[in-house]
Amino acid sequence: MRRGVGAGAIAKKKLAEAKYKERGNVLAEDQIVQMSKQLETFKSNLEEFASKHKQEIRKSPHFRVQFQEMCATIGVDPLASGKGFWSEMLGVGDFYYELGVQIIEVCLALKHRNGGLITLDELHQRVLKGRGKYAQEVSQDDLVRAIKKLKVMGNGFGMIPVGGSYLVQSVPAELNMDHTVVLQLAEKKGYVTVSEIKGSLKWEKERACHVLDHLLKEGLAWLDSQAAGEAQYWLPALFSELTSRDVTPEEANQMTP
Amino acid sequence: MDRFSWSSGLLEINETLVIQQRGVRLYDGDDKAKLDVGAALLSTHRLIWRDVKNHECCLAMPLSQIIYFEEQAAGIGKSAKIIIYLHPTPANKEPGPYQHSKYSYIKLSFKEHGQIEFYRRLTEEMTQKRWESTPVSQPIPTGSATQTGKTRAVGIVGIERKIEERRKETDKNISEAFEDLSKLMVKAKEMVELSRSIANKIKDKQGDITEDETIRFKSYLLSMGIANPVTRETHGSGTHYHLQLAKQLGDMLQAPLEERGGMMALTEVYCLVNRARGMELLSPEDLLNACKMFESLKLPVRMRVFDSGVMVVQLQSHSEEEMIASALDSVTDKGSLTAEEFAKLLGLSVLLSKERLLLAEKMGHLCRDDSVEGLRFYPNLFE
Repeated sequence: MRRGVGAGAIAKKKLAEAKYKERGNVLAEDQIVQMSKQLETFKSNLEEFASKHKQEIRKSPHFRVQFQEMCATIGVDPLASGKGFWSEMLGVGDFYYELGVQIIEVCLALKHRNGGLITLDELHQRVLKGRGKYAQEVSQDDLVRAIKKLKVMGNGFGMIPVGGSYLVQSVPAELNMDHTVVLQLAEKKGYVTVSEIKGSLKWEKERACHVLDHLLKEGLAWLDSQAAGEAQYWLPALFSELTSRDVTPEEANQMTP
Repeated sequence: MDRFSWSSGLLEINETLVIQQRGVRLYDGDDKAKLDVGAALLSTHRLIWRDVKNHECCLAMPLSQIIYFEEQAAGIGKSAKIIIYLHPTPANKEPGPYQHSKYSYIKLSFKEHGQIEFYRRLTEEMTQKRWESTPVSQPIPTGSATQTGKTRAVGIVGIERKIEERRKETDKNISEAFEDLSKLMVKAKEMVELSRSIANKIKDKQGDITEDETIRFKSYLLSMGIANPVTRETHGSGTHYHLQLAKQLGDMLQAPLEERGGMMALTEVYCLVNRARGMELLSPEDLLNACKMFESLKLPVRMRVFDSGVMVVQLQSHSEEEMIASALDSVTDKGSLTAEEFAKLLGLSVLLSKERLLLAEKMGHLCRDDSVEGLRFYPNLFE
């Protein structure tokens, strides 16, 4: 809607201006002009900061954490847009957005094996390996922040606290509190049985089976019905690198009963 | 490198292995040692290195030889390293690979990563100095034992001073950076408060804001990374930047979408576009905000959100009816299909083929058989 340009509109505006100035209020338009000026100043301050300290952001995970926390405190999201000053001048954006790409690719490559669930440790190792030895150091905090940003793209990225660290979920499988708590129980050995669930969590058999069936269906758990004693439900996401070998998609399909 | 002695590499009683790391090359000062790449082992008492191919080739040095050590970050063509400064060689040192060296420091070059953890453990061991409290059967010569010559002392002091200066310099850089950062944040905070005041006024309609001014305001918010408090929409929706971006994407995604059966998950698009750009990457929010504008710009691509929350970009030309009809055809043809089978059939990702089957089910054309063996779809004969 264009501002009226007739004489009547001008008169009305002058009246409004006078009223506000009387009360000591500043008009929004004037503030926008003020903001534009302040923005220019800020931009050059940021440029100066970048010329002196851009290295710190790239080199030091510790510095990045501090930087992010300061931004959060004042209500600024330096990663909101690649077009933001922070991203353009400090290069923070590219660092995290590229990390986002690498995270997505690792999760996609392993999905056939672990159903879309991976430990933060394994994700960290694989991302580091993929980046090569000449790349900048990446901390787990960096990964967590990149994952938080990926969430907006609706592909089910989430983090589940397990055993002192996290499981990173990269598929929109619905996991409620029951599923989460069973995952946490399985963390120590990489597998869990119905008896263990009944014993530790004091659940009825039906509830335990319901949860385990869901995990099987979503491809997050594999069933070892030949285990001595009782059937074991294994979570590939929790297999350590040393004790597993990579499974091809074809093999993975054959393994679900 | 003349501080090392040949060793069997076997640990003594009371000596424990702390960490080992493969892919380590030794440097005599700045020069590569005349050795191959091997494994570095840290014990409670010694620093050991063993050739990876020839296990007989094994060197060791007591940790007490170490004065100070620091990290050296990786660079172009260079692995990350740990530089270790050493006391002069003790008189009773056993023979090793080097008789003499002009350097009093060595480097460990980590060609297969691991330097972070190794550095951490080395720091722990050098702090705890466990070798002092648990002597091992063979007396390991300590560095500080004998040398009293004046020239030696000066050498050590010189090294220590240089290290101290370098450490102060690094500390100064970081604290200066933090100081400057804090000042910057104070100014940024002023901008945040100003923007809130403006937003409130817009909401209460104080003053007469034109559309141009609103757009300008939004672009300021975008630049600063401030959430738009007026519309509560995600950052920067409706700015010129996202408009341009939407048009670019509309162009760029045509061919890839055709290749992938007309549909791509938003995360796929994110990776595709950013890999192509290489630099000045899009944030996930940038992508989302641009995609939201497809419809209003009447571009031949649209964004769509499935019930599961999965977001996709699809070609306008690939209508919903077509997708559902083709899903029904395939399922009828094969009798039944799982998402994985359907994916293989179409050359689509499992995620997206599942969405199509779910959509067909929602429309009443398919029904499901949901068991532990997986989710399988059948033509709906209940109509």
